[in-house]
Amino acid sequence: MDFSDTPEEAAFRREAREWLQANVPSKDELEGLDEVQRAKLWQMRKYEAGWACIRWPREYGGRGASAMEQVIWNQEESSVRVPQGVFAIGQGMAAPTMMAWATEEQKLRYLPPLASGEHIWCQLFSEPAGGSDLAALRTRAEKDGDEWVINGQKIWTSGAQFSNYAILVVRTDPEVPKHKGLTYFFIDMKSPGIEIKPIRQISGESNFNEVYFTDVRIPDEQRLGAVGQGWQVAITTLMNERLAIGSGGGLGFRQVFELAQRIEIDGRPAIEDRSVRARLADWYVQESGLRFTGYRAMSALSRGEMPGPENSIGKLVGASKSQDMASFAIDLLEMSGIVTDPELAWRSGMVHDTFMGAPGLRIAGGTDEIMLNILAERVLGMPQDVRVDKGIPFSQVPTSAS
Amino acid sequence: MNFEFSEEQNLLREQAAGFLQDQCPPSAVRAILEGAASFDTELFRGIAEMGWTAAAIPEKHGGLGLSYLELCVIAEELGRVVAPVPFSSSVYLATEALLLAGNDAQREAWLPKLASGAAIGTFALAEGTGQPSPNRLETAYENGCLNGTKVPVADGDIADFAVAVARCGRGDGASLYLVPLDADTVTRTTVATLDPTRSHARIDFDNARAESLGAAGEGWGLTRRILDRAAVLFAWEQVGGANAALEQAKEYAMGRYAFGRPIAGFQAIKHKLANIYVKNTLARSNCYYGAWALSTDASELPLAAATARVSAIQAYYFASKENIQTHGGMGFTWEFDCQFHYRRAKLLSVNIGSERTWQDRLISAIEAGQAA
Repeated sequence: MDFSDTPEEAAFRREAREWLQANVPSKDELEGLDEVQRAKLWQMRKYEAGWACIRWPREYGGRGASAMEQVIWNQEESSVRVPQGVFAIGQGMAAPTMMAWATEEQKLRYLPPLASGEHIWCQLFSEPAGGSDLAALRTRAEKDGDEWVINGQKIWTSGAQFSNYAILVVRTDPEVPKHKGLTYFFIDMKSPGIEIKPIRQISGESNFNEVYFTDVRIPDEQRLGAVGQGWQVAITTLMNERLAIGSGGGLGFRQVFELAQRIEIDGRPAIEDRSVRARLADWYVQESGLRFTGYRAMSALSRGEMPGPENSIGKLVGASKSQDMASFAIDLLEMSGIVTDPELAWRSGMVHDTFMGAPGLRIAGGTDEIMLNILAERVLGMPQDVRVDKGIPFSQVPTSAS
Repeated sequence: MNFEFSEEQNLLREQAAGFLQDQCPPSAVRAILEGAASFDTELFRGIAEMGWTAAAIPEKHGGLGLSYLELCVIAEELGRVVAPVPFSSSVYLATEALLLAGNDAQREAWLPKLASGAAIGTFALAEGTGQPSPNRLETAYENGCLNGTKVPVADGDIADFAVAVARCGRGDGASLYLVPLDADTVTRTTVATLDPTRSHARIDFDNARAESLGAAGEGWGLTRRILDRAAVLFAWEQVGGANAALEQAKEYAMGRYAFGRPIAGFQAIKHKLANIYVKNTLARSNCYYGAWALSTDASELPLAAATARVSAIQAYYFASKENIQTHGGMGFTWEFDCQFHYRRAKLLSVNIGSERTWQDRLISAIEAGQAA
């Protein structure tokens, strides 16, 4: 066990830090660009210098870096202010799935544009009738020659409006039990018959969408895994999703700590208040516990292990922590805590963004409750729930509509 | 960077677990809980023979000179079985105090005996209720003698010597004193505590002969350093105990049927145990950082130790109480072993300062890092 850098790691860290300092986009460069354009600018800059998706093999657009180099890079990149987001699903979830299940030719074609930020991918999994019970999804795919014809509806699709491609799970056989009738594809989001409708969230923003399919055609070569093997392929994606979401940003301990140093309670800095210190200590403990759990997972990954169900912890703890810290920060601001006006609010309303976004984090990518089920069943080995749909053809499973 | 124990350390863990499974079954813990003995002498002798008391002591003082990572591994295994021995007092506290502040003669006098298990040492800080602080100390040292009362002192009734924190003379500062406990001027009374598997005493010093350990007036700074180091080791014990409590709860839930199936299949139980797992995992990861900081004497040690301690206190208490809850009425009976963890968790959550105290130290460590 050694938490300090080896000489090689120190050299790598220095190189990363120097490159970052010289290449972080300036305010002027980002002026007038929207979120997607900013993220693309930064991603392309990293790609051209060999700093994009560094764990990926070079032929797919990466750097062939080690797991520990990834840890170092993440530490260094998170210490500077750079545009984030939009690539998490493509690079964090679609790419590992492609690497595990696509042909070599497909990997060479689709992965480099993911690394460079030229392509954005989204995830077409959840449906109105298939959320926590994802395998209950109903969108149909029917074979027609060398193509599949898709009809149905997906929901909660982040970034569908600006995505080039998507990963997709559909039902190819409703006459077998639900997990056995699924098949996994990737799809061009510009395909005829796809209609995207934004969903307005409680924050007022629209980060995700409903996606409708009417006779959308997918070539059979864009199938990942065998027909009927879709659930198994989806597990690859979901395991990586928990890693991707677990490392999510937003309001952190450091910001709330600084706020507590600035704000006063009874004429003294809030940080001197014992109850404030206790709460902050608890979040620090969670944050550092998650960080080191992540590092330990990287040690396991560097031995060649796959990300396992234990990574569900990151999102489970992180989402509630963000929510509670945002709520606490608003309390610290006392009566003005409700003011979201960016001109007046502390850090332009970042706390409120987290407060209004956190409920979604606790649901997206598997709810808190599903995460607890996964930990209990897959890590602790406790029995699954009694399932009335087990072993029954999907077409005969009772639904809300029936 | 590397965030794992080495193969040798994992081997040591297996050996330790195997030894304790044989030598410290629940019946051994229960014997101390229910009997008159202060600790399991047979087990402690075996532990000393395994070399665990000697692990972190340098070879020139009769020790094995291993790293603190090995000691963390041993601590976790001792915590797992709720071992009824004075290991922590002697090894995490007394030995560390001598290594940190002892002069050559003091080290030579005691370290070989501590290493072999021939002597037991302890650390005497508390003076009744309230958080100890340098300006509240009433135990005082003057003209080579110690006067005052320390209570509770872990293993105070069985230890050969104590490292006592006391005021020095008429000055304000605190100092550490090495005081043999077998003199007529020392009165020791066993006190009843929440966890009878770990013996505690009241010690009255009446002109007890004592010698300074470390420089006069440096006692409080030394105490903090000793407690930081001990906090990491105790945290590993707590993580070991918390995981044992989780395993106990799971085993019971898998075998206990209600409504026609194992209660382990109900989400109310699954989620409870998953939440224990989450806290245990966070605590363990924080303990890794603490172990590294301890083994390298890193400047981050005060923060790493406080983080590990707060995390481990929370995890073990939660696991121990929800373990009883999972067992239902049976968990509340004397016959069941759930009480071992519930008692030990609470002892370990206050023994070197409470959760609240360490939360405060955690934030102080961050503030100190910011100022530096």
